Amino acid sequence: MRTLDAVIVESPVFAGLGQEELELIAGCGKNIAVEAGERLFREGDDANTFFLVRSGVVALETYIPNRGQVTAVTCGPGEIVGWSWLVPPHKWRLSARVVEDLRAVEFDGACLRGKCEAIPELGYELLSRIAGDLADHLTAAYLQVLDVYGDGDR
Amino acid sequence: MASILAAADLESLFGALTDRGYRIVAPTVRDGAIVYAEIDSPAALPQGWTDEQAPARYRLARRDDEALFGYAVGPHSWKAELLPPRVRLWQARRENGGLAVDDSVSDTGPTAFVGVRPCEVAAIAIQDRVFVGGTYQDADYAARRRDAFIVAVDCGDPSDLCFCTSVGGGPEAREGFDLALTELLEPEHRFLVRAGSPAGEEILAALPVHEATGADLEAASLVVSHATDEMQGRFDATDVHGLLLRNLESPRWDAVGERCLTCGNCTLVCPTCFCTHVVDATSLDGATAERDRVWDTCFSVQYAEMHGGNTRPSPKSRYRQWLTHKLATWQDQFDSLGCVGCGRCIAWCPVGIDIREEVGAIRAQEETNVHAHA
Amino acid sequence: MATAIADEVAAARGAMVPLPYRVLRKRRENHDNWTLELEPVDAAIAPLGPGQFTMLYAFGVGEVPISTSGDLEADGRIVVHTIRAVGAVTNALCSAAPGTVVGVRGPFGNTWPLDAAYGRDLVVVGGGVGLPPLRPIVYHALRHRADFERIVVLYGGRTPDDLLFPKQLEEWSREIDVDITVDAAGRDWNGKVGVVTKLIPPARFDPETAVCYVVGPEIMMRFTALALLARGVAPDRIWISMERTMRCGVGLCGHCQLGPTLICRDGPVYRWDELAPFMEVPEL
Repeated sequence: MRTLDAVIVESPVFAGLGQEELELIAGCGKNIAVEAGERLFREGDDANTFFLVRSGVVALETYIPNRGQVTAVTCGPGEIVGWSWLVPPHKWRLSARVVEDLRAVEFDGACLRGKCEAIPELGYELLSRIAGDLADHLTAAYLQVLDVYGDGDR
Repeated sequence: MASILAAADLESLFGALTDRGYRIVAPTVRDGAIVYAEIDSPAALPQGWTDEQAPARYRLARRDDEALFGYAVGPHSWKAELLPPRVRLWQARRENGGLAVDDSVSDTGPTAFVGVRPCEVAAIAIQDRVFVGGTYQDADYAARRRDAFIVAVDCGDPSDLCFCTSVGGGPEAREGFDLALTELLEPEHRFLVRAGSPAGEEILAALPVHEATGADLEAASLVVSHATDEMQGRFDATDVHGLLLRNLESPRWDAVGERCLTCGNCTLVCPTCFCTHVVDATSLDGATAERDRVWDTCFSVQYAEMHGGNTRPSPKSRYRQWLTHKLATWQDQFDSLGCVGCGRCIAWCPVGIDIREEVGAIRAQEETNVHAHA
Repeated sequence: MATAIADEVAAARGAMVPLPYRVLRKRRENHDNWTLELEPVDAAIAPLGPGQFTMLYAFGVGEVPISTSGDLEADGRIVVHTIRAVGAVTNALCSAAPGTVVGVRGPFGNTWPLDAAYGRDLVVVGGGVGLPPLRPIVYHALRHRADFERIVVLYGGRTPDDLLFPKQLEEWSREIDVDITVDAAGRDWNGKVGVVTKLIPPARFDPETAVCYVVGPEIMMRFTALALLARGVAPDRIWISMERTMRCGVGLCGHCQLGPTLICRDGPVYRWDELAPFMEVPEL
């Protein structure tokens, strides 16, 4: 049974960090399991956690009148879900629902924010990596919006 | 071995060709230009005429001698004969649960091209590589080409726009012809005649020629060297392939794109431009369909239309496509340069875009950038 | 003038003349895509290789280049094409009932280099209507399972309704890895949502050795290639299939040029790193 610091390197956000940093970050994490169909978090609620998906699929969704709950994007193994813990007002921007049975590491955002404030180098390193992850997500989101399989008439 | 044919005896060449069943297409003056048309006698040749050419300018002017071929090139090229503007590819009928296709090649019969400039001989060789030099050959072109007899005429009077020597050519026909003539005016009006093929030899033997003297040969060589000297240094083609492919995003393309009208005149008059498209039509009752091949131009806005849009919507992109194809990527596709230096595109461009100047500007821009970063 | 021109006028003519083929079977794949199976009325074209295309002629309407989407080791006489109805010609082809006679010219173009993937992981990434030209690769790989290591199919579509061959993908998923995603989903979709490039990081293949075949809109191929490179796949092991306006299909009309290449003649299959510099110049 691996310790959490060995598990979290599954994500490119943490891979390559030094052992000390990994242990510090893992110290704010715990393993969770959530069944398909369950809601992971709700839009508008306080956001003080984030997740590293180990297996399963999570759908980020929002409610659109006449259309119902619409999935914006799904996240799978190796992906980080949740950034609202990082920036005030620390409220979830979207809801998340488990689509396929989820095993994940849940991180305590307040715990990690505290450690980053105490150790600025850790904070800078972590934020740089999260920024890279966000950039990838943003590019992917732009590609979705560009409707590349469509005729450009959107 | 060269022979001399008196200018007055040129009629015998026409006679020999006609006797062998050739229709003759040759230069003649029409509508203020020297064009290629079917003629039946040397009397229709542009005797005493020359052309004055400059960017966006072409005018005929009277010479002060009686030269029959004393001009450079006009708006026509021989591609109108070998790759006609419209050709029926086939006709099909729905029949017996299938299609009956009639794809017989049209037959214009043997044709003699009289007055082919060395740059045009080169252009024909370039189009040969495209149409009969690849995996797929064009049957119509192949048939017309096989039935063509080429009488080349060396250049004595290049226009200001000629730059054949800068692209591997010259005012003297070297190969690719059946007969080649060099016009000599002094002391007698005559032609030095060389045969370049068995068919050429055969016709030459039927003409009232006598062997050329040393003086004749020297006079002919002077005509050629004088023309060569005139065209010195008109275009720097050094590494034009690399230059253009390195500078596909040069601001010069934007500049020329603003001037270019995308009228396609350059592609019409260019002797090597060969783009075509197909037109499918059907009879009103839907029983027969036909396909024609027609000239196209990469400047037309429909040229690069695909479902989902257009890959070259801007004039700039289409100008860049034409010029980089002509001078650079033609080499990748067909192992030769696409340009023969005839200068037609410069004369017939309504806004006078000069490809020599455009390439020079891109080259200068690249050199500036190199120095700026050195 | 006697030049070295072959007198095989008939052979040369053949490339431009369509052969009559009858629609044998027709199957609607989704709201705007149909698969036609064509059999020769008389003479047949040479058997198609994976990646090649034919010029399909709708009587009196016109021609379009369509890649083969069939199982090329099944019946070599039957020509299989999956066509999206978007214009006059494709609409005419897609509304042709079985028994209708259409014209076929080909096969044209080059083939997918499948031997490049022998003994390695084989990865197929399709976007939208890019899946049909890739299907012959999957058929081949399944018929010759032992020639390859892992086989992975990644497929992205616009919406669930736009996905092609859903049942077949499901059948394949029992033998090989298949992962599917859509850009936008409605209420009834319980699968992945997001661009196809997101399927690459978690896919099970060895980037050090895998060979990847990618087809879709150019922008999708560009981003997919980047995602594969980011995962460690070498640029000379990514193959794509290109599309441009085509009129003749045989390198004689000039239309399908992209920089130095004629897509009907030198392509449509290209190695990513060889074509990438030209794909990156806007409006080339």
